Amino acid sequence: MARIGVFVCQCGNNIEGTVDTKKVAEEAQKLPGVVYSRNYKFMCSSPGQEMLKEAIKKHRLDGVLVSACSPHMHEKTFRKASDAAGLNPFRCEMANIREQCSWVHHDRTKKTGTVKGNDLTRMAIERLKRNRPLKKINIPVTRRALVIGGGIAGIQAALDIAEGGREVILVEREPSIGGNMARLSETFPTMDCSQCILTPKMVEVELNEKIKLYAYSEVEKVDGYIGNFTVRIRRKAKYVDEDLCTGCGECIEKCPFKAGSEFELGLTSRKVIYTPFPQSVPNIPVIDAPNCPKFQKDKCGACAVVCGPKAIDFKQKDTVVEEKVGAVVVATGYQMMPNERFGEYGYGRFKDVISGMQFERLASSSGPTGGEIRRPSDGKVPETVVFIQCVGSRDEAKGVSYCSKVCCMYTAKHTMLFRHKVKSGQAYVFYMDIRAGGKRYEEFVRKAIEKDGAMYLRGRVSRVYEKDGKVVVCGADTLSNSQVEIEADMVVLATAVVSRKGSDGLARTIGIGSDRHGFYNEYHPKLKPVETVNAGIYLAGACMGPMDIPESVNMGSAAAGKVLGLFSSEEMAREPIVANVNERVCNACWDCVVACPYSAIERFTVKNGQGDVMGMHAKVNEGVCQGCGVCVAACRSKAIDLAGYTDEQVFAAINAF
Amino acid sequence: MNIKLVKEDIESALIRQLERISGEDVKKCYQCGNCSAGCPVAYAMDVPPAQMIRFLQLGRGGEAFGAGSMWLCVGCLQCYSRCPKNVSAASLFEALRQMRLRSGGGHEEVREIPLPFLKGAPQQALVCGFRKLVG
Ligand SMILES: Cc1cc2nc3c(=O)[nH]c(=O)nc-3n(C[C@H](O)[C@H](O)[C@H](O)COP(=O)(O)OP(=O)(O)OC[C@H]3O[C@@H](n4cnc5c(N)ncnc54)[C@H](O)[C@@H]3O)c2cc1C
Repeated sequence: MARIGVFVCQCGNNIEGTVDTKKVAEEAQKLPGVVYSRNYKFMCSSPGQEMLKEAIKKHRLDGVLVSACSPHMHEKTFRKASDAAGLNPFRCEMANIREQCSWVHHDRTKKTGTVKGNDLTRMAIERLKRNRPLKKINIPVTRRALVIGGGIAGIQAALDIAEGGREVILVEREPSIGGNMARLSETFPTMDCSQCILTPKMVEVELNEKIKLYAYSEVEKVDGYIGNFTVRIRRKAKYVDEDLCTGCGECIEKCPFKAGSEFELGLTSRKVIYTPFPQSVPNIPVIDAPNCPKFQKDKCGACAVVCGPKAIDFKQKDTVVEEKVGAVVVATGYQMMPNERFGEYGYGRFKDVISGMQFERLASSSGPTGGEIRRPSDGKVPETVVFIQCVGSRDEAKGVSYCSKVCCMYTAKHTMLFRHKVKSGQAYVFYMDIRAGGKRYEEFVRKAIEKDGAMYLRGRVSRVYEKDGKVVVCGADTLSNSQVEIEADMVVLATAVVSRKGSDGLARTIGIGSDRHGFYNEYHPKLKPVETVNAGIYLAGACMGPMDIPESVNMGSAAAGKVLGLFSSEEMAREPIVANVNERVCNACWDCVVACPYSAIERFTVKNGQGDVMGMHAKVNEGVCQGCGVCVAACRSKAIDLAGYTDEQVFAAINAF
Repeated sequence: MNIKLVKEDIESALIRQLERISGEDVKKCYQCGNCSAGCPVAYAMDVPPAQMIRFLQLGRGGEAFGAGSMWLCVGCLQCYSRCPKNVSAASLFEALRQMRLRSGGGHEEVREIPLPFLKGAPQQALVCGFRKLVG
């Protein structure tokens, strides 16, 4: 006969208000197998826990039921206390008589609440009687990490993991790491030069022996589960031998052909053999084959001629490497919404209507104008510049519903940069709201207005047209209730920050979720902001949603902290609430394989000593299984059971109702 | 109203002088509307305090000068005491009045005010009136 102890919590007045806990305890006492039962004011308090421990010892309890709040709240607490008193922690269960009972009942006479409290408690006791002691599952951990994306978030994560003593593989799609931050001129709110604070970190990545950098590469496949991933990485052909190249740049200098520069967003061109920008890491050029005459017509080959160490290799092919890692940090960042969608602002039609990111390049000392603000059409220094915020953001009809979060700040920054470089200039900003939440952010915007004289106009722009070498902007200033018109020399659009093209494809490859905008989903928006539903895979930076540099760095470090925590021992313990397959009953229909949302079930082939196939059955990978129970429901032959929630337990609970 | 915005208006001598007389910087105002909310006479103004400041920010001195609001402001400083940015709309109204009076507009000769009216009016009203209208 079982020896069960029942503890009914009053939770102050939270439960006691509508449930007579003393009565519930008395009712429970009458059930066969219950040897001890009582109520108490706060079971989760230290005295409450002590009482539980003492009762386990004194009454030699072999099972404990706490009728209290949601197990989400305190299951851990009571299981720990049981464990301390020598009882298998999985022999401690909870009945939720707070969220699912007292809080939804208003009957102060306690009649209805008590009836339901009794029911829930009785059901849980029946479940508990059929519970078996379980042991945590230990799985081995490969203590190396993969970081996908070498923007500031990925760089920070890689450096922190390496700092913690673990190896990192950093995969970057472009020829250089740095991401969008490498494009920025100066950065809000402190106005330090972006390159000056970023490049030392990039060099650190290159020099760190624990970091293996695969630039110009992409992750093609991720298999396995937490602690044990296998990733396949495609290293695109650079047509330059990395081991031989010294990065002297002679080939770039002598290359006679040009193509539009991706890094400079079309504001200027680059050579056909190129590095994206002078401080690229790695400093190894790649050949843009589709634009190179050598590849298209077998002409030229100047680069190979001038290369001293003979590093140019036109025959180079993509290679595929496989790496084993224990954790993955996804840090693939963002891109800008294509401006062409907003015809009313003239982007694409008028040369002097540019995007915010293009303005960054104009203001950058390493940019196409050497840091002088010159407009694209004729290279003149603009005297009047109009900035339009929320182009695509907060626009459910034509753009995206969310706020891109960084535009208010970078537009304020742009007006300052403009005013500092063009002393006689006047900046106008059309805005809907100014969102400057962040340390020293509001003050930053006020400085742009009060000190640098930016004229902020609250309203939208209705029309932009060209007239006599000017770009005329018509809009509203709702504060003075007037329509305004400005003859500008240049217009800058703060276009929405959107997810990377193809981000959902990568999400599928690595098995994480994304929202309808293509941004990756964190496990919990408040309490698990860097975790994903796929254990062992973490997020950092703007791939999760628009965010600025400080936040991206925060997230990079946070993800690194999680990875290092996981790597703190060679094995990790997992909750044993996993599915088990009864091999003799399984008829290999594979319904469970299809149903499992975590790809935790494999088709297992049974062989005899001679290697003959004896049969097949489903097999659950305990490292991946999340214990959701979908397979149990899907299984036609009732071959699968969930530890801690067996069919027997569930039916017993239902029968007790 | 349709207005053309140019830097020359925003930084016009008129606005600068107004700022000098009042000691206020109109750029500091972020248009929260606290002044208009608390002003005991705003209900009767054609251009309430916040909007008057907005006109000055935009370099629209004409709108500010053309409005009758400056003559209604009683100088109670409610606006100033509530302003989160320490801008005194009252001081700006005072400066507007000063500039109007100096340019010869709105000036009243005490001698020309009919005696019966002067005798009948409360003392406080006369003090305020003289301060505002006599210049
Ligand atoms: C105009 C503008 C101005 C800004 N100014 C500021 C400022 O002044 N201050 C500030 O704090 N913030 C600013 N920001 C925000 C800032 O750019 C971001 O916060 C920051 O760049 C985010 O970094 P990240 O690493 O998350 O993403 P990214 O910089 O986008 O980096 C992602 C990296 O991942 C790589 N990648 C993408 N997909 C893959 C793949 N499938 N495989 C491998 N690699 C991949 C990309 O090539 C890139 O290198 C500005 C943003 C804009 C648009």
